[in-house]
Amino acid sequence: MAEMTAAGEEPEVLFWVGCAGSFDDRYKRVTIAFVRILNHVGIKFAVLGPEEACTGDPARRAGNEFLFQMQAMANIQVLNGYNVKKIVTACPHCFNTIKNEYPELGGNYEVIHHSQFLQGLINEGRVRVKDGQSFKGRKITFHDSCYLGRANKIYEAPRDVLAALDADLVEMKRVRANGLCCGAGGGQYFKEPEPGHKDVNVERVQEALATGADTIAVSCPFCMTMMSDGVKNQNREDSVRVYDIAELIAQREGL
Amino acid sequence: MEIIQQILFVAALAVTAWYITKRVKLIARAINLGRPEDRTDNAAERWKTMLLVAFGQKKMFTNLLVGIMHFVIYAGFVIINLEILEIILDGVLGTHRLFAPYITPVYPILIDVFEVLAFGVLAVCVVFLTRRFVTRVSRLQAGRHRELRGWSVPDATIILTAEIVLMIAFLTWNASDSVLRDRGVGHYGELQGVVPDFLISQYLKPLFTGFSDTALVAYERGAWWLHILGILAFAVYVTYSKHLHIALGFPNVYFSDLQPKGEMQNMPEITKEVQLALGLPLTTEADGSQENDNGQQPAEVGRFGAKDVHDLKWINLMNAYSCTECGRCTAACPANITGKKLSPRKIMMDTRDRLEEIQRGWQTQGDDYKDDKSLLNDYITAEELNACTTCQACINACPININPLDIILQLRRYRVMEESQAPASWNAMFSNIENNMAPWKFSPGDRFNWADQVNESVIK
Repeated sequence: MAEMTAAGEEPEVLFWVGCAGSFDDRYKRVTIAFVRILNHVGIKFAVLGPEEACTGDPARRAGNEFLFQMQAMANIQVLNGYNVKKIVTACPHCFNTIKNEYPELGGNYEVIHHSQFLQGLINEGRVRVKDGQSFKGRKITFHDSCYLGRANKIYEAPRDVLAALDADLVEMKRVRANGLCCGAGGGQYFKEPEPGHKDVNVERVQEALATGADTIAVSCPFCMTMMSDGVKNQNREDSVRVYDIAELIAQREGL
Repeated sequence: MEIIQQILFVAALAVTAWYITKRVKLIARAINLGRPEDRTDNAAERWKTMLLVAFGQKKMFTNLLVGIMHFVIYAGFVIINLEILEIILDGVLGTHRLFAPYITPVYPILIDVFEVLAFGVLAVCVVFLTRRFVTRVSRLQAGRHRELRGWSVPDATIILTAEIVLMIAFLTWNASDSVLRDRGVGHYGELQGVVPDFLISQYLKPLFTGFSDTALVAYERGAWWLHILGILAFAVYVTYSKHLHIALGFPNVYFSDLQPKGEMQNMPEITKEVQLALGLPLTTEADGSQENDNGQQPAEVGRFGAKDVHDLKWINLMNAYSCTECGRCTAACPANITGKKLSPRKIMMDTRDRLEEIQRGWQTQGDDYKDDKSLLNDYITAEELNACTTCQACINACPININPLDIILQLRRYRVMEESQAPASWNAMFSNIENNMAPWKFSPGDRFNWADQVNESVIK
């Protein structure tokens, strides 16, 4: 972003990578897949790079409002400083926080989730989902993220993206508004679960496996980890894979 | 004789009205313990929500069959209450079926509708008892949900049984009255040819064929009194019961949250401090004036987050009084499903229990009652709060838009900001965010490293 601004250019959209997309080895692949799609389509985008900082979502949900607002204010300073107008992110938590919680602190942007962005590209015919690997005969089930679905009522965009593949989509029992959490939200990702008889991600993965799907599609870095761990817990990592929707599109495009 | 009945009736009405007024004031006072917050904005959207969710009971129809059954009780409750108007006037004036001579053509149609609904209510109450005690719907079982181990199950049983008794009284009253009319006993005979038999109660008439005229009059009077006194007693009981949702459900939905479920409420008092800390200009909206435009500007910044009920917002407290303890929230809660202690229903029940404890304090020890208990710790434990994934399934599941998550998050804020009682790994996450700008211990400078691999064929 800094380079673009220095060159007097303005990006179409700012890609907010998020902490998981920047540091988590698994989710970095999603970041790369999404960037390859953007490059392939010729979107002029920017990232903040080292100027990006945690939105503060996990701190806020854990109860640390001070830390959240420190993060938020600093990020808003940077974003407003670059006169950012449109943001795309592959993390529903960043998405929800920037979209719904930054405006009150002075950060007003058009914020879209990468599922919506991909949906747009597919609808416009800019992503040609046919050059790469075929998904014929594969069964994919989509896991709704709480902060994309219930929190912001985005249920169709990721499903539309998956529908562009030539795979079979199968639904779990608890979907859309009734979707079951992966167990990571509200700061749970950053601590051990409280005592119980089961881990939430295991409950959810069992439900996903019951559909007979060989691919569990997610659109959130935390769901990605929780679902992957759940699949390992069920000893199914050889036959069932967890992918982000951007990765599946990139595979289909041969990127 | 007639005049004594009238006096007794007026006395019963007066006692009920006095008692209910007292209860309503007490509950209103408890709800007003909460922090002020303006919820009168966006009236169009609020009316729409109320029409759909409260009047239309949209969210009850998630399960179609249960939705229909609940709708029958709801419609029955609202519509049969029209008949109460006649009953009350009859009671006060000492008349019998006051409206019949004036609206002769429609009168039997009205009573037929009431009877069909009464029969429907009766049948559904039987089904609901069956669901509780025979088919044992999981979310209603005290064996699986500790918050139901107190008064909740007896409360539900009392309500369902009372409704069954009231409906039986209403139907058999009509039946015994029809028989008296047929026989031309006393004033009952006056309505011969004016009022016909009714749709349902005509089939109950054979029950009374063996009764003498005196016994029949006694039954008719008994059923009439049982029905009306039952309704009055029920109205008082409701104010003590989880059944209060029949009244509070409507305002509760009207004032419910309109913002996206994922949006957490801002704390303007903290915005101010953060802006000072970062050397930013203070924004006007950050001084808290927005929230308190009813003139109740707080003199000082209270505590951060909530420890007790008076730290919560009034809507949280209205939520607690509106909760019917149906447990749809708990049945949808990922933490509860997997055996954690958290139950969103318990959060709401605890909040109401705490409020009722304070109410009892007012009544026994005066209006300035204080104790050293609090909602946090004495009712809701850290383990419950820490188990929440903030997934909002509870809010989504609630048929009347109650928000247990809002209470959980306010209690968490108190624990973290006032008591520094976050779990150790959360403290580690906090310090990572503070020092490394990410919840993990990575160097901020490495944030862009992924870019090196964008053009590589194999991603490490």
